[in-house]
Amino acid sequence: MNTILKKTQLSDDVFQLRVHAPLIAEERKPGQFVIVQIDSNFGERIPLTIADADLREGSITLIFQTVGKTTLKLAALKEGDAIENLLGPLGRPTHIEKLGTVVCIGGGIGVAPLHPIAQGYKQAGNKVIIIMGARNQKLLILEQEMRAIADELIICTDDGSYGRKCLVTEPLKELCLQEPKPNFVVAIGPPIMMKFCAETTRPFAVPTFVSLNTIMVDGTGMCGGCRVTVGNETKFVCVDGPEFDGHQVDFDNMMKRLRSYKTLEDKARHTCNLEQAIARKENESKP
Amino acid sequence: MSHPTPEQLAAAANKCLKDLEQLPALKVKDRLAIPMQEMPSQDPQVRRHNLMEVALGYTPAQAKAEALRCLQCKNKPCVAGCPVAIDIPAFIQAIADGDYQKSVDILKQSSLLPAVCGRVCPQEEQCQKPCTVGKALKDVNQAVSVGRLERFVADWEREQGKVKLPVIKPETGKKVAIIGCGPAGITVAADVRREGHAVTIFEAFHKPGGVMVYGIPEFRLPKVIVQKEVETLEQMGCKIQTNFVVGRTRKLLDLMAKDGFDAIFVGVGAGLPKFMNIPGENLVGVFSANEYLTRANLMRAYDFARADTPIFRSNKVAVLGGGNVAMDAARMAVRLGAKEVHLVYRRSRVEMPARIEEVGHAEEEGVIFHLLENAKRIIGNEQGLVTGMECIRYELGEPDASGRRRPVELKGSEFIMDVDTVICAIGNESNPLLRQTTPGLDHNKWGNIIADASQLTSLPAVYAGGDIVLGAATVILAMGQGRIAAAAINKALAAQPAGQT
Ligand SMILES: Cc1cc2nc3c(=O)[nH]c(=O)nc-3n(C[C@H](O)[C@H](O)[C@H](O)COP(=O)(O)OP(=O)(O)OC[C@H]3O[C@@H](n4cnc5c(N)ncnc54)[C@H](O)[C@@H]3O)c2cc1C
Ligand SMILES: Cc1cc2nc3c(=O)[nH]c(=O)nc-3n(C[C@H](O)[C@H](O)[C@H](O)COP(=O)(O)OP(=O)(O)OC[C@H]3O[C@@H](n4cnc5c(N)ncnc54)[C@H](O)[C@@H]3O)c2cc1C
Ligand code: FES
Repeated sequence: MNTILKKTQLSDDVFQLRVHAPLIAEERKPGQFVIVQIDSNFGERIPLTIADADLREGSITLIFQTVGKTTLKLAALKEGDAIENLLGPLGRPTHIEKLGTVVCIGGGIGVAPLHPIAQGYKQAGNKVIIIMGARNQKLLILEQEMRAIADELIICTDDGSYGRKCLVTEPLKELCLQEPKPNFVVAIGPPIMMKFCAETTRPFAVPTFVSLNTIMVDGTGMCGGCRVTVGNETKFVCVDGPEFDGHQVDFDNMMKRLRSYKTLEDKARHTCNLEQAIARKENESKP
Repeated sequence: MSHPTPEQLAAAANKCLKDLEQLPALKVKDRLAIPMQEMPSQDPQVRRHNLMEVALGYTPAQAKAEALRCLQCKNKPCVAGCPVAIDIPAFIQAIADGDYQKSVDILKQSSLLPAVCGRVCPQEEQCQKPCTVGKALKDVNQAVSVGRLERFVADWEREQGKVKLPVIKPETGKKVAIIGCGPAGITVAADVRREGHAVTIFEAFHKPGGVMVYGIPEFRLPKVIVQKEVETLEQMGCKIQTNFVVGRTRKLLDLMAKDGFDAIFVGVGAGLPKFMNIPGENLVGVFSANEYLTRANLMRAYDFARADTPIFRSNKVAVLGGGNVAMDAARMAVRLGAKEVHLVYRRSRVEMPARIEEVGHAEEEGVIFHLLENAKRIIGNEQGLVTGMECIRYELGEPDASGRRRPVELKGSEFIMDVDTVICAIGNESNPLLRQTTPGLDHNKWGNIIADASQLTSLPAVYAGGDIVLGAATVILAMGQGRIAAAAINKALAAQPAGQT
């Protein structure tokens, strides 16, 4: 169970795994995620979105960026290895319906979770405009896949190495200024990007949904570690979300909560990189 | 207060038994004169820095001395106090006779998890409350230590490797699904498997055991004990499927419709932590006790060097609540290196729902109690980190509906407590996941599943028990409901012709 069938490197620090998980593949819907744990005894449980599923093969696709200890360890697994613990599908599925024109915005790794959602809106008969943003061209992922879905695809890079040199909020604002305005916006990416997408659409009163990537432990509503403030109410991202009305989310509080363990984790990551560097050295020196 | 060493307690018990040997036969007066055997425990100053079990268990001499305190009352008031009606005088007599095997056998007729219950049951509210010895000595804390004796023989059985597998009847071909591997689920699994039905337990976490592994800390309930119980289930042929969240990985009713299970038991526990609904609650450094304890226990964050899961490093911690969960969180914070741990409870000490022993242990370990106080707001800095908590004092007013005197705010008594971490241990609500994904499963306004006297829910062949029915309760009550449900399931399946699904 949970065997890695295929591993692909999508960019410098983004990896794609196709994992054998027939039950999850059968039940999953766009917007849902899994909890991954590499080692039952000392491993951390981290949430990753189900980017795609293949019913015939009984597999799900995970796309992740190496940002810390667990994602680095995950990237070190090989085809044929198994992920010790894989739980899902979790979270409420995206509510997909025919709304008219839907703008789907993906920033960085956020393009991965956006893919099944954009696909869903397209299949429901919407006009789908996709805006993808990345720091530079090398960090852009899933361009072909998104192009295949989009009625219109806009690419932005921070450094202008590809597409337009701007932030995703710029084309978003242009779309909101046009008549007719978009009927719905979905934004998935770094919290700061989602915050500003919500701020951009707020004056135009275009409903804007975001998918929150808080810290999680169990992913089933038991711990409250994933909680966020939405419209002055406390919500649990793992059971009430992960999608919420972006105009109601207290992003500043969420971003602070994401940094809860920053100093501890930076240290862990440093050690982890060091260990891997040492392991590489040792392997190289072997005859 | 000096801490008696295990050696001192053992020596005292040996001497006591020697003295008793001089007597021709024990009269009631002699039995009442035997001093209550204290539980040997790790020195508080030492145990503040480790996660090993605090209570070390009786020596055989202590167990015998304590067993001899039992008056063997004909009317057995203690049995009436036990939620699963263990024949308490009989198992204690067997200890006095030195026949530990017989003692265990008596226990196991009624309780499946004596090593757990001996450690975590609120005995002072159950079997030990009506005990004649305690009444005669005018102090419930002087009652016969039923729990400690229960633990003694259960540990003996395990340590001697004498745990016997129950006899399993021939396979019936019927399949029972059990959802949640806490005490309720474990009990149903064992009782249903014995009848020859195939059993699969589905557990959301990566480890079985429920609150016994993720909530109650190692220093109170060593994980090997729970592991052993789970291994026994596996040896009996029960399948345990971890990483399986029913309602998401599979819908509850699909287990019957698609996977051919004939009956289902839902024992998913309480689950969803409550917060106080006060300002500042989502600041960095505010946790539910569930999160704090899960990180520390299940994820092993106490092992700073090896665990990948981080835990907040605190200096000054406030824990809100007065139950077992609050005590566990406070004592865990002590062990994780906090310099000061404050426990804030809005009623007075007698109302604390925690076991007396845990309250005592917390105090010995240096937890500072703030009774008749409550949090009003949590204060943070620019980075969103907790820097303090505003509290208010209370006094006890008129008794409320439950007969407890209601705490009322003392106007103008607000003050700021200097803390960097706040842990909420004010209870749990029921997890909505299963009821949201299972149409027709009736629940009350608190979200608890409604079950009848045989634990049957509003859905045919779906039974439920434990915290999901009772609200946050106890291990023994979860086990008791598990037994009732198992009996009902066994009866229903026996009435069905073989092969029918
Ligand atoms: C519902 C959900 C779906 C997600 N889907 C994906 C996905 O499809 N692909 C993907 O790459 N990531 C996804 N994430 C984020 C992913 O869970 C985190 O990147 C991961 O937990 C980091 O673990 P780590 O041990 O490698 O890093 P850590 O060592 O834990 O953290 C490294 C750095 O990342 C920050 N960090 C920690 N947790 C998060 C987080 N949840 N989000 C952002 N930064 C974080 C830390 O503050 C730290 O600076 C998702 C998160 C959620 C809640
Ligand atoms: C910190 C703490 C200390 C406590 N101390 C004591 C004490 O000293 N004495 C005492 O008697 N009681 C104590 N309790 C209470 C006691 O632990 C509970 O009453 C008891 O464990 C309830 O048993 P249960 O089987 O109903 O549920 P749980 O033990 O909660 O087990 C339920 C299991 O179901 C799993 N689950 C949930 N949803 C799903 C799903 N959809 N699919 C699959 N699996 C699922 C959960 O992961 C969990 O493992 C304490 C509780 C806590 C939290
Ligand atoms: S991750 Fe624990 S409640 Fe959401």
